[in-house]
Amino acid sequence: MEDLLLEYLPIIIFMGISGIIGLVLLVIPYFAAPSKPDAAKLSAYECGFNAFDDARMKFDVRFYLVAILFIIFDLEVAFLFPWAVSLGDVGMLGFWSMMVFLGVLTIGFTYEWKKGALEWE
Amino acid sequence: MVVAAIAFYIFAGIAVAAAFMVIAARNPVHSVLYLILTFFSAAGLFVLMGAEFLAMILLIVYVGAVAVLFLFVVMMLDVNFASLREGFLQYLPIGALVGFVLFLEMVMVIGTWVIAPETAHLAQSPIPPLGDVTNAEAIGRVMYTQYIYFFQAAGMVLLVAMIGAIVLTLRHREGVQRQSITAQVGRRAEDALEIRKVEPGQGISEL
Amino acid sequence: MEIANLPDLGPIASELTLAIGGMALLLLGAFRGDGALRLVGYGAVLLFGLAAVLVIGQPNETVLGFHGAIIMDPFAKFMKVLILIGSAVAVIMSLNYLEQEKLDRFEYPVLIVFATLGMLMMVSANDLLALYMGLELQSLALYVVASFNRDSLRSTESGLKYFVLGALASGMLLYGSSLVYGFSGTTNFPSIAEAATGHGMPLGILFGMVFILAGLAFKVSAVPFHMWTPDVYEGAPTPVTAFFAAAPKIAAIALFIRVMMGAFPEAVAQWQQVVVFISIASMVLGAFAAIGQRNIKRLMAYSSIGHMGFALVGLASGTAQGIQGVLIYLSIYLVMNAGVFCCILAMRRAEGMVENIDELAGLSKERPVLAFVFAMFMFSLAGIPPLAGFFAKFYVFVAAIDADLYALSVIGVLSSVVGAFYYLRIVKIMFFDEPAEPFEVPLAREVSIVLTLSSLFTIFFFVHPSTLISLATTAAASLSSGAVAVVGH
Repeated sequence: MEDLLLEYLPIIIFMGISGIIGLVLLVIPYFAAPSKPDAAKLSAYECGFNAFDDARMKFDVRFYLVAILFIIFDLEVAFLFPWAVSLGDVGMLGFWSMMVFLGVLTIGFTYEWKKGALEWE
Repeated sequence: MVVAAIAFYIFAGIAVAAAFMVIAARNPVHSVLYLILTFFSAAGLFVLMGAEFLAMILLIVYVGAVAVLFLFVVMMLDVNFASLREGFLQYLPIGALVGFVLFLEMVMVIGTWVIAPETAHLAQSPIPPLGDVTNAEAIGRVMYTQYIYFFQAAGMVLLVAMIGAIVLTLRHREGVQRQSITAQVGRRAEDALEIRKVEPGQGISEL
Repeated sequence: MEIANLPDLGPIASELTLAIGGMALLLLGAFRGDGALRLVGYGAVLLFGLAAVLVIGQPNETVLGFHGAIIMDPFAKFMKVLILIGSAVAVIMSLNYLEQEKLDRFEYPVLIVFATLGMLMMVSANDLLALYMGLELQSLALYVVASFNRDSLRSTESGLKYFVLGALASGMLLYGSSLVYGFSGTTNFPSIAEAATGHGMPLGILFGMVFILAGLAFKVSAVPFHMWTPDVYEGAPTPVTAFFAAAPKIAAIALFIRVMMGAFPEAVAQWQQVVVFISIASMVLGAFAAIGQRNIKRLMAYSSIGHMGFALVGLASGTAQGIQGVLIYLSIYLVMNAGVFCCILAMRRAEGMVENIDELAGLSKERPVLAFVFAMFMFSLAGIPPLAGFFAKFYVFVAAIDADLYALSVIGVLSSVVGAFYYLRIVKIMFFDEPAEPFEVPLAREVSIVLTLSSLFTIFFFVHPSTLISLATTAAASLSSGAVAVVGH
């Protein structure tokens, strides 16, 4: 178990360093940068007017469709990893098992394509 | 094993704290970001248990894809979360009570953790030792052959998810010019152009 | 390597048919465009017929497949045929409706095919993983068809409610499954049964079993997990409601029986209390809550809650005789339900569907045949002899009394009497109230065929009940286990 964790040591060092650099860059301006706020500087600015509306606005539902189709193929890829490393052990059945799985999703992909779900108008 | 214990408490602590912040954060986008932190800590816990493959899948699928989907949904819904949370304090006592009861039940279950020794042989596919094969390979050895039924069923579930997403959200707007490669490539000069001889001073009477 | 290690596909022939056929229909629809609804719809009905033939052709013995993940026995055969009939009828009933309501998209029959595939997998499940995969496949397709009318606020609301609460139930089921797996080290039902008896029942397995029970109770919409039913039934398009009330309920009850009898046969004493409680609660709530309903689809929702309570009476008895009662109950319920929803589909005026019960006033003057058939289904649902509904209740209550569950039987009969009140009130409105505006739109041909067949079955069931009863006896007896004393007829 120790060995396994030691394999992750470089990653932990990497994450530690990146975290420290990120934090330092955030903290230094607090001390180094001049800061003299007043009301005009802090007010929201929108072409000289006060803000009309909330800055957030509704996303189109099409983004959602793209995201969910992405997740489905993402999962499909996730299934490919164990298959790729164990292909030598699982034989023809294992190979064709994955081919059928990919075939099913290809049928789904064909359906998507024909429906025009992949076009962004 | 001290390192592993320290790592466990760090990841577990961050996971619980971030999970609490998911429901406590005022801004829904922050909630999603805390959710990502929770997933990330959970992945760390998986690594500590030796389940590397699951940890990486958690990062790829949940952090990489599901969290993005959550962000889209939060953006799409445009719900005023501040007003949704108004009843929070009102329901807190009953929620805390239910949570406490569930916690007691868990304590009771864990307190009587008995696995009948004779059931050990029932375990379907014993996990090979970590030193011999990697997680992904151990999963791969059984998933595509012994568990082929579940694997193909998962394919069908993904297909239905695809159909469902398209049925519920795909709309075609009227009057949008779409690209049609065959029509564009098949277009010839004769279809689009007409060459007329124009006599001086007469013009063309009909088009 | 050779292909010789290919698992035996014989036991899942019907599932394979639906999977391959469903994908073929999807492609057909994608290439033919939205005008293909009727073509794809009749293709789906054909697939259900083919799958039913393949199911009936299975041997009359218990066959395990895929390393014990699935089981094919006469019980599964019986349930699968019922589910396939239910789905085929649901597709037939919906085609005309979808065209009239401008919902004619070919995905509808395809989704029903995949939902049915999930149900068949549920019925054959012999493993917690198989159970969960089947259940999710079915549920995912059902959430989509519930909000199939995506421009209607009520339909999308119904789909959303169904999805959120269904996901919660799936979560409980998974939580229970993981507890059971953690304490027994296996997901296979017979092995779980072994683990649950060897050393007494570990508390962890008991907790897991109760969570699984809660998740399953949600799927059959038994009280106290029924809250979603009225809203979903009311909001979903009417043929979808007809489908929800039949095939998925049958699959869920089959799964309920399979889990209880297959994985926890030695723990009858433990789960019996829970099943008795949810059965009583469902029957009583179904009877009383339906009285105040004005919307016919909401009324049918409470009615179906009550009927699931009656069906669970048979399971509560924990004997083969009780299971036989459940099977008979579900068969008759399926037919009555199809008939009633055909009548509800007839409640249409030029401006669209109406769903209020008062709109039925004086139906006997305008459409005497329809009113008669509707009234007869109401009598049958109330359980009045000699109609089929009476026999359904009769067999479950006999089993309950033989298992010494007297309180359950008495409460069941009393709530059946209360339930008769609202069924008969509909009859009174149709025959004795001042006529409302008539329904001038005639029924589509295929809907009238379904209506005729189901009403003939309901009226003349008493003439020749023995075929169904003997089939149910064989099916129930096949659920072999130590606790099940075979009390055949």
